[in-house]
Amino acid sequence: MQYQVEENCLTIFLPQEVDHHNAEDIRKEADKVIEQKHIRYVIFDFAGTNFMDSSGIGVIMGRYRQVYLMGGEVWAVHANDRMKRILRMSGVTKIMQVFEEEKK
Amino acid sequence: MSQAEGTTKTNEMEIIFDSKSENEGFARVAVAAFLTQLDPLLEEVSDVKTAVSEAVTNAVIHGYRGGEGKIRLSCRLDKESRKIYIEVEDKGVGIEDVEKAREPMFTTRPELERSGMGFAFMEAFMDDVEVESTPGEGTCIKMYKRFEEWITQSL
Ligand SMILES: Nc1ncnc2c1ncn2[C@@H]1O[C@H](COP(=O)(O)OP(=O)(O)OP(=O)(O)O)[C@@H](O)[C@H]1O
Ligand SMILES: [Mg+2]
Repeated sequence: MQYQVEENCLTIFLPQEVDHHNAEDIRKEADKVIEQKHIRYVIFDFAGTNFMDSSGIGVIMGRYRQVYLMGGEVWAVHANDRMKRILRMSGVTKIMQVFEEEKK
Repeated sequence: MSQAEGTTKTNEMEIIFDSKSENEGFARVAVAAFLTQLDPLLEEVSDVKTAVSEAVTNAVIHGYRGGEGKIRLSCRLDKESRKIYIEVEDKGVGIEDVEKAREPMFTTRPELERSGMGFAFMEAFMDDVEVESTPGEGTCIKMYKRFEEWITQSL
């Protein structure tokens, strides 16, 4: 898993395809970092992602559950239209902010 | 064989693979490659890939509960009607209550962080989804989608 930590904020650079197969790794590694670094904000960076199924939704909801009790939040950034549609359809946007990038 | 039987207008493929999570990506790519002959829109390819991914993932996680087994994926396309028919079958545990299983957000494996959105995605991205399942025998998902018509231009 590619990630970056700044203070209490974890940015996860999601792979090209988020499915059941690679969701397991993201989940395990993310939870380790969340615990060790006292993470409160988790940012899912979709810049390199063009496929995600329900397994990705599970990963987002799971990380939300990890941080929300401490007043944390989860965010999505750089999501393309397809990813935004998947996020909206799943209802996960009720708990996650989707950052709208400025269009040039 | 006569044309009336439609042999020239349909094309079919079938693959059988082990129930392993690494085969989920393989199944998606195989279907996507097969349906390029219909010149689908990018969005349509994504729709089918998502639906196939959900059905195959369900066979791996729920059907065989992470254990061994074979998954059969078949795909038939009809060039005239621009329809694609897909079946994903497992010989796993089967589903007790199909109607309940299809409800959005229903899952029997919350501890695995499943969100219960698989069937909802299949239904949203395909034109129709049928579930045939017998407890103790297995599950077969049958779905189809019709691709948009291209306006062909002569150059
Ligand atoms: N092939 C299958 N064999 C046995 N049970 C299945 C199969 N497919 C689905 N189910 C049952 O139907 C339920 C709903 O499936 P669905 O794909 O909608 O959600 P999920 O797999 O639990 O979660 P998600 O797809 O969001 O990860 C599953 O929890 C499971 O109990
Ligand atoms: Mg599922």
